[in-house]
Amino acid sequence: MNLFKQLIKKEFYHIIRDPRTLLIIFILPIIQILLFGYVITNEIKDTNVAIYDKSYDNVTRKIKSRIFASEYFKYKGTVHNSQEIEERFRKGDIKEVIVFEENFAEKLQREKQADIQLIVDASDPNTGKIISNSTRAILKKYIKDINQQVHLPYTIQTIPAMLFNPELKGAFMFVPGVMALLLTLISALMTSISLTREKEMGTMEMLLVSPFRAGHIIAGKVVTYVILSMINAGGILLLANLVFDLPVNGSLVILLLECLLFVTTALSLGILISTVTDSQMKAMMMSTVGLMMPTMLLSGFIFPIDNMPFTIQLITNIVPARWFITIIKNIMFKGTGIQYFWKETIILLIMTTAFISLSIHNFKDRLE
Amino acid sequence: MNSSDKIIKVENLVKKFGDFAANDNISFSVEKGEIFGFLGPNGAGKTTAIKILSGLLRPTSGNIEVAGYDVYNESESIKQNIGYMSQKFSLYSDLTIYENIRFYGGIYGLSKQEINDGAEYYLQKLKLEKNRNKLVGELPLGWRQKLAFAIAILHKPHIVFLDEPTSGVDPVTRRQFWEMIYEAAEQGITPFVTTHYMDEAEYCERVSIMVDGRIEALGTPSELKERFSAQDINEVFLKIAGQKNEYSSD
Repeated sequence: MNLFKQLIKKEFYHIIRDPRTLLIIFILPIIQILLFGYVITNEIKDTNVAIYDKSYDNVTRKIKSRIFASEYFKYKGTVHNSQEIEERFRKGDIKEVIVFEENFAEKLQREKQADIQLIVDASDPNTGKIISNSTRAILKKYIKDINQQVHLPYTIQTIPAMLFNPELKGAFMFVPGVMALLLTLISALMTSISLTREKEMGTMEMLLVSPFRAGHIIAGKVVTYVILSMINAGGILLLANLVFDLPVNGSLVILLLECLLFVTTALSLGILISTVTDSQMKAMMMSTVGLMMPTMLLSGFIFPIDNMPFTIQLITNIVPARWFITIIKNIMFKGTGIQYFWKETIILLIMTTAFISLSIHNFKDRLE
Repeated sequence: MNSSDKIIKVENLVKKFGDFAANDNISFSVEKGEIFGFLGPNGAGKTTAIKILSGLLRPTSGNIEVAGYDVYNESESIKQNIGYMSQKFSLYSDLTIYENIRFYGGIYGLSKQEINDGAEYYLQKLKLEKNRNKLVGELPLGWRQKLAFAIAILHKPHIVFLDEPTSGVDPVTRRQFWEMIYEAAEQGITPFVTTHYMDEAEYCERVSIMVDGRIEALGTPSELKERFSAQDINEVFLKIAGQKNEYSSD
């Protein structure tokens, strides 16, 4: 046990004596969080929409067919009460519900005005805004068309409601992505560099000829970087909370446990990388090109996965960050429990197990 | 000679990497306390053999015993009883001298007391007491090598494997280094040294000369000089290696 303490102490010495490492671990997260406050716009396509039609008349039918004739929206069934709306949103299979008020056509005819409510999932604020704007544009066009045939103009009032993120805060969207990115960086990149550095320096050989087992060496690294990554995860959440008022609607304990799981996944990837290369340079290339880029581009962090070509969508399945981001969005914004993301959790568990077994296999191979 | 005096026994060692035999059926033994020189040009298979003896690599075939333990089944016991200094510099340059001693002492399971005593002894011996809190990276190469050697024998192993310990070191430091090797041998540690400095071969009690994965000559330096009617080991070496010009005695 004392030995293990020595090992971790040594790892911390390595870290605090290297300014570059310190910079990456402690300064970069702060910069990233503040920088990503301003986000990239998204395009929408085939957004899943459900209808709550309290009226069912020929006007609502016409409006519905207009909406679903556009390439932006896809019909995903009808709902019959507000409880059902909430359920569908939590499940995450729809992004918008269009609610027609009672006696829609009659009201429009008699009072020249009727209401439509747009309920939008805004946990992704840009997408949410675009969805509601596109819907309103279609409605405006419809009104304009029918008004050409009558003397007194009709108006349809739209009342947008942004679910999960009523103030449309941009920070909400990027925090999960930045967390995934930074945890991958610290866990995978730093671990693989730290292990390959020992190989390059020749100290790995010294450790291997000692009675010390290879498993202990790796465990020392793992524990060190798990501690650092978790400090970082906590720091990111705290900073996002202080600067951008980020809420955590679900359980904080589950959130941290999921972070721990993702850190372990990334760490096992880092170890895997260090078993296939002996050079710090190659480890860095593999981590940045092989892990950081997919984490940025293919995880749904910056570009919505729904808009990607099918083959790319398939590839996103093997990016661990994709599942992690889904999980923490659920916990933070929707406040849902484990029943809504147990599948993603199991996927991460399977990935971690696979990476670890592969690393052990590679490691044993080297001795032969 | 009693076979129990043999601290390393190697019979028909073969190590293949694919089709290439890095060690092609070599046999030799080393007696306890003997300074054994393992000579050969670069690429002859010296490092491979040392890695097998110290448990870093598994042999393809052959009977090998180190410190009385079998390399196939008892590698953990072997590790406890050997010291190793690799060809590459192998201390942590971002840790201080004392931190390195403490860390390596710790992984060999030495107690705090043993580590502190050992540290005092070697720091004094190497005249590094005042620099104990200096980063190892700031030391000149010669000092680092001497420190690495001290750390390799800190846990008083039966054998210490030294893979090209003096390469790149100035002649004065090399001399001091060899004095440390002699002293270790007097303390009952068997030094097993690879080198490509032929003058150093003269310091060894027995040498083997390895070429292309085979041991081509084995004996005391004077025996070898006599057998090959050569002036010095350098000449012996050139006669054995023949036309192999890659060898350089820098």
